[in-house]
Amino acid sequence: MFSSARHERFFVAARSPPRRRAVALACAFCLCGFAAAAGSPENFGYGKAATPAEIAGWDIDARGGDGAGLPAGKGDVSHGTEVFIQQCAPCHGTFGEGEGRYPKLIGGEGTFTGERPEPTVGSYWPFAPTLWDYIDRAMPFATPHTLSADDVYAVTAYILNFNNIVPGDFVADRDSLPKVKMPNHDNFSWEDPRPDTAATACMTNCIDPKAVKVISSAEGKDLTPRTSGPLDNMNAK
Amino acid sequence: MVREVDRPSGRMRLRNARRNFLRLGAAAAGGALLGRAGGAAAASSPPAEPSWSMEVGPGVVDRPYGRPAKFESDVIRRDVPWLTASRQSSVSFSPLQSMCGIITPNGLFFERYHAGRVDADPRQHRLLIHGLVERPLVLSMDDIVRFPAVSRIHFIECPANGGMEWREAQLNSLQFTHGMIGCAEWTGVPLSTLLDEVGLRQEAKWVMVEGADGARMNRSLPLAKCLDDCLVVYGQNGEALRPEQGYPLRLLVPGWEGNVSVKWLRRIKLGDQPWFSREETSKYTDMMPDGRSRGFTWVNDAKSVITFPCPEKPVAGPGLYEIRGLAWSGHGKVKAVDVSFDGGVNWQTARLHDPILSKALTRFSMPWRWDGGPALLESRAVDETGYVQPTIAQLREERGTNSIYHNNAIQTWQIKPDGKVFNVQLG
Repeated sequence: MFSSARHERFFVAARSPPRRRAVALACAFCLCGFAAAAGSPENFGYGKAATPAEIAGWDIDARGGDGAGLPAGKGDVSHGTEVFIQQCAPCHGTFGEGEGRYPKLIGGEGTFTGERPEPTVGSYWPFAPTLWDYIDRAMPFATPHTLSADDVYAVTAYILNFNNIVPGDFVADRDSLPKVKMPNHDNFSWEDPRPDTAATACMTNCIDPKAVKVISSAEGKDLTPRTSGPLDNMNAK
Repeated sequence: MVREVDRPSGRMRLRNARRNFLRLGAAAAGGALLGRAGGAAAASSPPAEPSWSMEVGPGVVDRPYGRPAKFESDVIRRDVPWLTASRQSSVSFSPLQSMCGIITPNGLFFERYHAGRVDADPRQHRLLIHGLVERPLVLSMDDIVRFPAVSRIHFIECPANGGMEWREAQLNSLQFTHGMIGCAEWTGVPLSTLLDEVGLRQEAKWVMVEGADGARMNRSLPLAKCLDDCLVVYGQNGEALRPEQGYPLRLLVPGWEGNVSVKWLRRIKLGDQPWFSREETSKYTDMMPDGRSRGFTWVNDAKSVITFPCPEKPVAGPGLYEIRGLAWSGHGKVKAVDVSFDGGVNWQTARLHDPILSKALTRFSMPWRWDGGPALLESRAVDETGYVQPTIAQLREERGTNSIYHNNAIQTWQIKPDGKVFNVQLG
């Protein structure tokens, strides 16, 4: 099939009485299923074929697991230090310690079971190629996607180095980055185990009334912005 | 209030609801929504004539694009300034305490940006579909609008909605505890139609979606979900998407965490593995008490909240009220909502308001005669899979307090004798 059948679904559905419409839809679905299995030619023909040059311009992603998509180029720790200080340090601090509330890129190991976990690139990120990918696509914050591939490799090397994940002579490129094992890599599960709570829809005498105690209240905490009048510009807490 | 009163069952339900409501006693109520208006308006109350009845107002197209009454100026999106380093990478919250029905007005829909709001030109915006496909394609907005269109009502909820409440009750406000959700009628093309059009290669198992914002925000989605019910949308509640919502084009992934509904959608790439992008590793992963983390926790489980009374809308005094609230589930339809007035000891089944739609906000209500004594109000959603919304204690027992995301706990509102309402958590 056939553009005609697809169009039929579109137009017939718009004009037919309900019963005939249902049949027409059912038929169209049969045809689609059949045609898809057989490898159908294009259906609508809208838009235009993407040229290799068009794809190359936007095809920027580098995959975390295997680094597929990392481009040619390379960068070392020492060049990365220069680029980082110029482009990244105003927000992230010279060694990734973070300025103000901007993200820390270093530290936090051993904090995840405590009260204040500090997930950073060094302590949390599971994949090194994702670091290249994210810097390339979204950083520097105010001028995103303006660094060369070499500069992004260099900054990646510097960040991995100040986290003691790679040595000072490390050179980041499309071959070396996928081989970097991030310290927290094995502490992720990628299967959703929910539902993980077993609440029941009990209706009467579900708990002992004496056990109902307020253990925490937002009353009196100075955290809530006002919800009437102009926007609140309350200071950092 | 009830849309389908023409249907006998609907009329019956309405009549029963009214009878149940009135059986609770003569109403000293009213004024729940417009509580503060009473005193100030006295000068225009009968027998006096209000000033607006003694003049001619502005004519048609005085406001070619309408806007809310000036008296509604409090009803706006708001942010928590101490939460984020900048407003360009931040979030705002919808004023659920002042909203009616299940549809979020476009101007009040919560915002989440990673590189600020984008004002993309629809004449120049393009969608590129490539990777493991037979025919890589570039589509203009004109091309996309030509495809057969569908309209569906779905919620979008940020998985961090309620994220500040994991450790303890922090924010005394419905807007800030639950306002990262909105529900709209979305219009666009099923993603499956576009994937059919480019022809999937057999190895294609994952789909990467990417935005045209400065963060080029990208996420991985399993192909099955994309072929199931995802939409590529350009319409929201009868008009074009707002820039805040991804104008001119966004993805809509019904029931899943809002972050995957990528805004300003410009690229769809088919692959054989997930990408493990920054937004699905460093962020949007749930840290467990043993220090390990869960990734790809996409679905927003069933949740509900009482929207009246709430901290912003206290109770005016003893008397008859209608408890009102919202419920939703990322797994389908809401099957039931129960309400407790005593902190979860006893529960009563609330009335669900039509329409009850899959992966959409659903309204519930219940009459309540407040005697002026202390009360602990809670609502509990059950969805069509049988899943029951848990307490915060049950969630903490399993997930600790560091997971930030997917807090779908029962909300407790404490009613004080003066009618004030506080966000509390129970032990």
